[in-house]
Amino acid sequence: MAVAEANTKTMKVGGVEIEVDIRGTGKPLLFLSSEEQLENASPLVDDLAKKYQVIIPSAPGFGRSPRPDWMTNPDDIAYVYLDLLATLGLNDVIVVGFSLGGWIAAEIATKDTRRISKLVLVDAYGVKIGGPFDVDIEDMWVLHPQKVAALKWHDVEKGKRDFASMNDDQLTVVAQNIETFARFCWEPYMHNPKLKRRLHRIDVPTLVVWGENDGLTKASYGKAYAGLIPGAKFETIAAAGHFPHIEQPEAFAKVLNGFIG
Amino acid sequence: MQAWYFTEMPYPHLPPLDTLSTMRVSLPSKHFDPKIGADLYNRYLDEYMVADDAGLNLLLNEHHQTATCIDACAPLTAAILARQTSKGRICILGNPIANRSDPIRIAEEMAMIDCISRGRLESGFVRGVPYEVFAANSNPTQTVERLWEGIDLCIKAWTTTDGPFNFEGQFTHKRAINLWPRPLQTPHPPVWITGSSDLENIKRAAARGIVFATFLQPHTKVKWMFDGYRGSYVDTGMPGGGGTSYMPLVFVGDTQEEAEKGAKALTWYLDAKSEPQYRNPPGYVPVEYNVQALKGTFTGRTDAMRKQSLEYLKDQGVLIYGTPDDVAKQIRRLYDLVGGLDNLLMMMQAGHLGHEATVKNIRLFAKEVYPQVKDLPRTRPLNAKVAAE
Repeated sequence: MAVAEANTKTMKVGGVEIEVDIRGTGKPLLFLSSEEQLENASPLVDDLAKKYQVIIPSAPGFGRSPRPDWMTNPDDIAYVYLDLLATLGLNDVIVVGFSLGGWIAAEIATKDTRRISKLVLVDAYGVKIGGPFDVDIEDMWVLHPQKVAALKWHDVEKGKRDFASMNDDQLTVVAQNIETFARFCWEPYMHNPKLKRRLHRIDVPTLVVWGENDGLTKASYGKAYAGLIPGAKFETIAAAGHFPHIEQPEAFAKVLNGFIG
Repeated sequence: MQAWYFTEMPYPHLPPLDTLSTMRVSLPSKHFDPKIGADLYNRYLDEYMVADDAGLNLLLNEHHQTATCIDACAPLTAAILARQTSKGRICILGNPIANRSDPIRIAEEMAMIDCISRGRLESGFVRGVPYEVFAANSNPTQTVERLWEGIDLCIKAWTTTDGPFNFEGQFTHKRAINLWPRPLQTPHPPVWITGSSDLENIKRAAARGIVFATFLQPHTKVKWMFDGYRGSYVDTGMPGGGGTSYMPLVFVGDTQEEAEKGAKALTWYLDAKSEPQYRNPPGYVPVEYNVQALKGTFTGRTDAMRKQSLEYLKDQGVLIYGTPDDVAKQIRRLYDLVGGLDNLLMMMQAGHLGHEATVKNIRLFAKEVYPQVKDLPRTRPLNAKVAAE
């Protein structure tokens, strides 16, 4: 997998500069990438762009978006994206978020759904389900990288990235993404303690999709997460880990299209 | 030149290293036998007292969740030594202020130690080595910012003597800060800072007149950092007057064979084992370094000195060992190679090096070597303002 090419434009929303990639035409679909932005260069985006106007922003500090010092967590990013939808004047937006992007999507939908028609969360972080001693989300910074890869992928081979083939600009994006992920999600680890108490506010049709073999955030966590969102549907994808849309693109597309229509 | 005795207080009684994946962060504490630990703490404190008695200054540090250093709380050790010694200066290098939630608590601890020691404290501040962010759970992407905010607040707390002030910073919020006690040294104890690669941060310390220290680096890199420091130094009236400090491993023997044996024991420290995620947590080093890491050309800060021969380490100035005259010669060589050195910080105990050998090392150095290097002139850090005039 490579880093997506820089065929993007820079926008200023609410005083914050972000890069935004807009592909295709049709109903608007806000595509919120995972922390690794792996899906930005995947066939999934091309397929969606045949039917939708796919809007792919890089969150502050990710991709080539600068990271303002005052931002401390994904909650801040959610406001930037609400400003983005307003700036673009979009309505009836389908919001699809992967992993960290799923967390941000959930934050957005707890704040304001006036411009949103549907919500899809894929193996999202963001809430604390268990007690203080329960590991809801495996600690990907304390565990050995090989262990983390084994937890993240059903088939570890599919997650291997060929850094040797990347140029310095692409590697800078990879390194920047790793750093920013830690900046925003180090503590509280991978969750906003308030989010669980706000999910009841989500009033748009919601689908929660999970890789059946996700070892980082287990399917039981995903099911509990979905249970906190009124009326949310929960679906699992077999033979897939934390990135079911990459490991099982066809099965994932079927579930996604079945929901967004 | 001032000489400082140092041990990191290792706990070396571990299962064979090839059966462990790491000595840091996640090594279960069942491998720590508190009875052995009790003996070790008392022994290491005795050795500090021997060093004090022999005329050396005393250097302490702290680390967490690691068998390489069981001094998990340097202010406690410093407080003991403040009471049990009487001559040497006591330097904590340092307080991991980027990893402690309350800088004012550190300011209080230092003020107390300074009073108990009757003004012998030197207060170092460190951002903490990479693996420390796990035990402290401090965000690895902001340790430099936390370090400076903490130092500024500490100094402000030490020097504000006319009643309380509030502080609402990026990382710390405190109200009615009003330190009791305040330090004995006026306006406050000398402040030290460490660095290993971030030249901008070293220059920042120099511009404020803070003492600079670096450890176990090749002499060319030490000179690069010292030159950067000296070129940016401004005499701001900071206590201690600034200065450069470097730590090699040091062993002095009556014979070359004895010295080699001791030196070999000290290199235990360089072979400390750790897992990769602990060596480079996300955002601890700048993005440019991590681009190199992704290419496989940067693997962490201390790898350059791993698994090297004694001769190589000696040539680099990382390991100084031999008979007294030979050691003095090596120190003078190092002094010249790095463009002058004000504080020689000596790790004279590490790994399995026992009590008798450590005491002998300390005494031989103090008696036979120190007199030969003590008068090496204090480097006068360039005062940039004066030089410009």
